[in-house]
Amino acid sequence: MREVDLAVVGAGPAGLTAAIEGAKRGCSTVVLDMNPHPGGQLIKQIHKFFGSREHRAGTRGIEIADTLFHEAESTGVEVMVRAEVYAIHDSTLEVAQTFGEDSPILPSKEATTSHSRSLSIVARRIVLAMGGAENALNFPGWTLPGVMGAGAAQTMINLWRVLPGERILMVGAGNVGLIVSYQLMQAGGEVVAVIEATPRIGGYGVHAAKISRAGVPILTSHTIVGASGESRVERAVIAKVDPSWRIVPGSEEELEVDTICIAVGLRPNARLASLAGCKLHYSPSLGGWVPIHNSRMETTVPRIYIAGDLSGVEEASTALEEGRLAGICAAASLSKERAGDPEEIKAIEQRLLSLRSGPFCQRRQDAKQELIGIAETQCPK
Amino acid sequence: MSQVINSRGYPSQQELRNAPGYPSQERLEKGPVVAIECIEEIPCNPCEQACPQHAITIGTPITNCPHLDEDKCIGCGLCVSQCPGLAIFLIDLTHSQGSASVAFPYEYLPLPKEGQTVCAVNRAGEPVCSGTVVRVQNPKRNDRTPVVTVAVPCKYATQVRGILRSRR
Repeated sequence: MREVDLAVVGAGPAGLTAAIEGAKRGCSTVVLDMNPHPGGQLIKQIHKFFGSREHRAGTRGIEIADTLFHEAESTGVEVMVRAEVYAIHDSTLEVAQTFGEDSPILPSKEATTSHSRSLSIVARRIVLAMGGAENALNFPGWTLPGVMGAGAAQTMINLWRVLPGERILMVGAGNVGLIVSYQLMQAGGEVVAVIEATPRIGGYGVHAAKISRAGVPILTSHTIVGASGESRVERAVIAKVDPSWRIVPGSEEELEVDTICIAVGLRPNARLASLAGCKLHYSPSLGGWVPIHNSRMETTVPRIYIAGDLSGVEEASTALEEGRLAGICAAASLSKERAGDPEEIKAIEQRLLSLRSGPFCQRRQDAKQELIGIAETQCPK
Repeated sequence: MSQVINSRGYPSQQELRNAPGYPSQERLEKGPVVAIECIEEIPCNPCEQACPQHAITIGTPITNCPHLDEDKCIGCGLCVSQCPGLAIFLIDLTHSQGSASVAFPYEYLPLPKEGQTVCAVNRAGEPVCSGTVVRVQNPKRNDRTPVVTVAVPCKYATQVRGILRSRR
């Protein structure tokens, strides 16, 4: 059994910044991540990030992951990879850690002896930052090989350098669908179409414009009717939908594709938080069931904080800020100076507010406020 | 919020004319200038600092659309590779007699070669005319966003925004 001041679950942008802030304030800090590489989703974000200079906009996500990891190490954070937290009770995290080959897809020849261990970590404070999970979409043929989450396809091309198929149909025109379509083309694939069930493209216009000028049609008010093929996807049928989401008879169209990527949103990966006893609230604007948290990112369970997509699906830039906030507040609650660093907290809150302004993000700001309002009555004082 | 870009995937001429980052016809005719085709209020501002002439302003809040001071823009094109949305183009209607040049970010392999004849495409990816590759720039400061400049007949300069990709 190990004892630490601060245990962080998830080594993405939120988890790493939480750990950095905790360690900077003297907390013995460990970060646990189930994946073989720290960085969360950043390690496959090969595009330049949006946002402001403070959020390293213009820098590619992969480089932000590197910088954060090195900053964490240099502040004394211990990052444990392939370490899956499978239970939390009171202050104890139960962890299963495996050692062995680097890649589950391309195992190296030498690394044949993988082994594992389990360990318990007792933490005075816990920050949960497990991120989001991709939503699935059910349609006839959805279990055929070749149907996958857009995030999975992105992992295949950008992390493992495997192109999942030659001719791809993207379902969903949010930012994930648009960006992954672009990256599939960069990887050498052909995106036959992007379809979107709503009448409007949900992602940024600049991402849509980028793939439009590469000749990819973006079909709004279109849905997938089904996929078929012998032993894997060989074709997809798409159709128009009317304003009440019914398929317009006779509008079906068959596309010859070998891969169908699903990009219909993310939801907070709240299972572990729920297991730990955190109360959840259903918030459509934040992606679904979200752990209730106050403005200090503390949940309804004393000593457990959350940050990043787990606290509502947003962007890497907001995850970086929320992680900092959670780390500062968790560390502050361990010291006599409970107020923490009011100036720094205020500055972070200002930046979050600015990131959540504008037509794309205002509804998230409203949903966050609603959540914090609920927390007033449910979180520890 | 804008309409056409959200239903079609790229901005209409009308939307561009109303955008604070798009230069006037008068300025375009004077020589090299950038066209910032960023018309939605998204939280992003690297272009502001990319311009050594301080011709691009976003200010506060960060969701403001970029504003181009077209008299300050000298058409150096340094901002083209710095826009994370790949939404800035450098247009030179005075490139040569009868031909204009359009520079755009191009993050695909293989890269075209200087002197190569290419098929120039519009914002919808439809072929518009043939063009000649004038320059392919990919210095370190571009951080792996190469900028390709093609020469096309003047009348197509406001339409051409890319080239047909060659398949590996």
